[in-house]
Amino acid sequence: MTRPTSFSLALIGSGGAGAISAGQLLLAAVAHSGLHAVMTRAFGPQIRGGEAAALLRLSDHPVECQAERLDLLIALDWEKSDRLAEDLAVDQSTVVLADPETGAIPAWIEKAGARIQPLSWSELAQGNRKTRPNMLACGVVAAVLGLGPQTMTAAAQRQFGAKGAAVVQTASAAIELGRQFAPHMDRLIPQVENESGGERWQITGNQASALGAVLGGVRFCAAYPITPATEILEWLAGRLPAVGGCLVQAEDELASINMCLGASFGGVPALTATSGPGLALMVETLGLAVATEVPVVVVNVMRGGPSTGIPTRPEQSDLNIAIHGLHGDAPHPVIAPNGIVDCLIATRQAVVLAESLQTPVLVLSDQGLGQTEAVIEAPATEEGKRFGELKGKRRLWCGEGDGDAYQRYRDSADGVAPMALPGSLGGEHTVTGLSHDRQGRPTTRSEEHRRQLDKRQRKLESFDPGEDWATIEGDGAMALITFGSATAPAREGLALLAAEGIACRMISVRLLSPLNVAGLEQALSGVDRALILELNHQGQFHRHLRAHCRLPAHTTALHRPGPQPFRPAEIVDAIRKLTMESAA
Amino acid sequence: MSANAPITMSVLSARDYKSDYKPVWCPGCGDFGVLNALTKALAALKLAPEQVALIAGIGCSSRIAAYTRVYGFHGVHGRVLPLATGLAVARPDLTVLAAGGDGDGFSIGGNHFIHACRRNANLTYLVMDNAVYGMTKGQASPTTECDWTGSELTPEGPHQAPFKPLEIALAAGAPFIARAFANDPNGLARLICEAIEFPGFAMIQILSPCITYRPEQMGYKKRVHEDFQPTDRLDQAWQALVADDGFTTGLLWRAERPAYRPHAADGDPASLINSFRVE
Repeated sequence: MTRPTSFSLALIGSGGAGAISAGQLLLAAVAHSGLHAVMTRAFGPQIRGGEAAALLRLSDHPVECQAERLDLLIALDWEKSDRLAEDLAVDQSTVVLADPETGAIPAWIEKAGARIQPLSWSELAQGNRKTRPNMLACGVVAAVLGLGPQTMTAAAQRQFGAKGAAVVQTASAAIELGRQFAPHMDRLIPQVENESGGERWQITGNQASALGAVLGGVRFCAAYPITPATEILEWLAGRLPAVGGCLVQAEDELASINMCLGASFGGVPALTATSGPGLALMVETLGLAVATEVPVVVVNVMRGGPSTGIPTRPEQSDLNIAIHGLHGDAPHPVIAPNGIVDCLIATRQAVVLAESLQTPVLVLSDQGLGQTEAVIEAPATEEGKRFGELKGKRRLWCGEGDGDAYQRYRDSADGVAPMALPGSLGGEHTVTGLSHDRQGRPTTRSEEHRRQLDKRQRKLESFDPGEDWATIEGDGAMALITFGSATAPAREGLALLAAEGIACRMISVRLLSPLNVAGLEQALSGVDRALILELNHQGQFHRHLRAHCRLPAHTTALHRPGPQPFRPAEIVDAIRKLTMESAA
Repeated sequence: MSANAPITMSVLSARDYKSDYKPVWCPGCGDFGVLNALTKALAALKLAPEQVALIAGIGCSSRIAAYTRVYGFHGVHGRVLPLATGLAVARPDLTVLAAGGDGDGFSIGGNHFIHACRRNANLTYLVMDNAVYGMTKGQASPTTECDWTGSELTPEGPHQAPFKPLEIALAAGAPFIARAFANDPNGLARLICEAIEFPGFAMIQILSPCITYRPEQMGYKKRVHEDFQPTDRLDQAWQALVADDGFTTGLLWRAERPAYRPHAADGDPASLINSFRVE
């Protein structure tokens, strides 16, 4: 595999300058032209006046992470740009476009030795005050990339269509003015046709999760806003009614998870989305969902932690709370999507698992997946990948059972008992978080307590995880084991190594709990060196694997906190080191 | 009687709505009266048991769910109202009841109480108020008098102004507010019937004596007086609350307010995907 041909640019500006909006418009234009692209956002917590960057990477191959370095940096202004220095990989071959009138070139840019190319936004605007620098910048990029006027107008329509024709026209006019700067620039990469000709989508990980929820059958959502999960809730609010569902805004996360549980008790598949602080508030009720066996899905879009942490940046540090945060013995599945498309698949699978096993299921996404927007090959929506043979339908009680009293928690081979929904004559029962017997009656008897603990554990142990427990790619005597958003940079790093003849297989675990121990050990057969990769300070994933699996004798770990996501070079360095260590 | 009551079934008596579980309540507990009143109300309304769901929190009174034969959910402490709200919104065909104590509803669940009043989902909330945490053996609750020294946890009294559920409900916009006495099952049953038939959030504070930890509450019988005159005028409701000694019973406030309905719109499910397609 050769390294994808790609081009990276960043648009930066103070909040409100429109860097993100321009980035989205360019993403749409690039998609229209047939290229693949990914856009990540780096910004501070301020609503307006803070720093913001749209990092855009274009490629003739699918891409889901940023590259090592920037080819082009366009500064709409330099205000507070120092705070973005860590996120912008500027080097001596990066072209930096900036208007000297917006301030001096920051020291960190000078130090990197970048090629500074001055321009004048007001000159480009030809005196038109309505013409905004962010749209002029789109015009510069359009010229550089060979994106024609029709493509740019279509993209402006997509980005601003809801604001009316006048706004689209003003934007389009500004973009065309921006093209004037083209003679000063090299044309950087040729336009690439969409050779596959297949349908493509422009979507964020959060939107993909929300769509996966609906496709999985979710028809109720209770929502409490939290960065960086809010887009899931907002998307569902607008779309659930179209499929006969609804969304309720709750007063807090304690309420949102309980509303979901109430709806699901009524037979309506329910989901909520949150981030670390919200998840912490929900764990008591997740334990209730385990004990009462009421299905519910929580998509936790991780951010920097603990506490308020870094709300707008990625980290994979909620693995511990997701798997172990519940009190008592409360087993429940935890699924981690490892790409933007996988946010759709994994969330859909989570609904299937929750409904089939009558249990809460957590989806561990993160800011790096959720708020990254990409142009992707359209995923198959008709038939989602499913864990094993699970059907995704809740097993309902329909009045069967030879005249015996209904037993909500009847023991069974797979641990799942038919659920009687309110409205079913003869199935009336009370569920409780108290330890209970097969009928659901509260009990303190050790035999009954243990029977139900066994039954709930068996639900998780008896389902077949099929092939979906992990994404396994490549071969070799080395393995990189990771999960979630670390997967895309890992994949790219390994591709770079493969081009040099260094073989390393990648195991990206999707089903974090219960771990498919046999599957993982089999995937590691013939592997004598392993690297465990995760974006958190403690090495939570490493510890989790150590607790359950036999890992190769020579196993090292690369774990570091956010807020910067992994770059492929870090993975390349770590694997190289591993090669040398074992050679020594 | 409800126009929605099913006509197909044979007539059920109050007893038919009770389960065969033996309550954990102490002899003399006011909650027995609430169970009696509730089952009388369900029978009077001829509600099919399978069409009723009783959601409860944690505490002595919250055990009531298991003592009925309707669908029940005994949840976690303080979250009865969101649990009931989720069910009521997702299943508007059901009669949804919520029940719990003063600690569950006004302390740990106080925020939900305020927002349930504001939201006005179609459900009935019965709060069995004995001004004490009974299940943890007698601590001060939000409605306990500020100088009550009966608990080792607050030996000099809670030193906090008692929570005023009716005032707070009125200020937060609840459209149906009443107070009742547990040991008047017939009066309470009539109020519960009216609350269930009310299209919105109906809240009844039920003075339900705990004779184990608050034996002086045996005197409630002499203190309660049925003097609230139902009104839909805010000035009259506030005047009644200013004059209230905490033992006035009856329906205080009943106002017309559209019950909560989530955003509903028709749409083409295919549009879910279309918005992502690159043209």
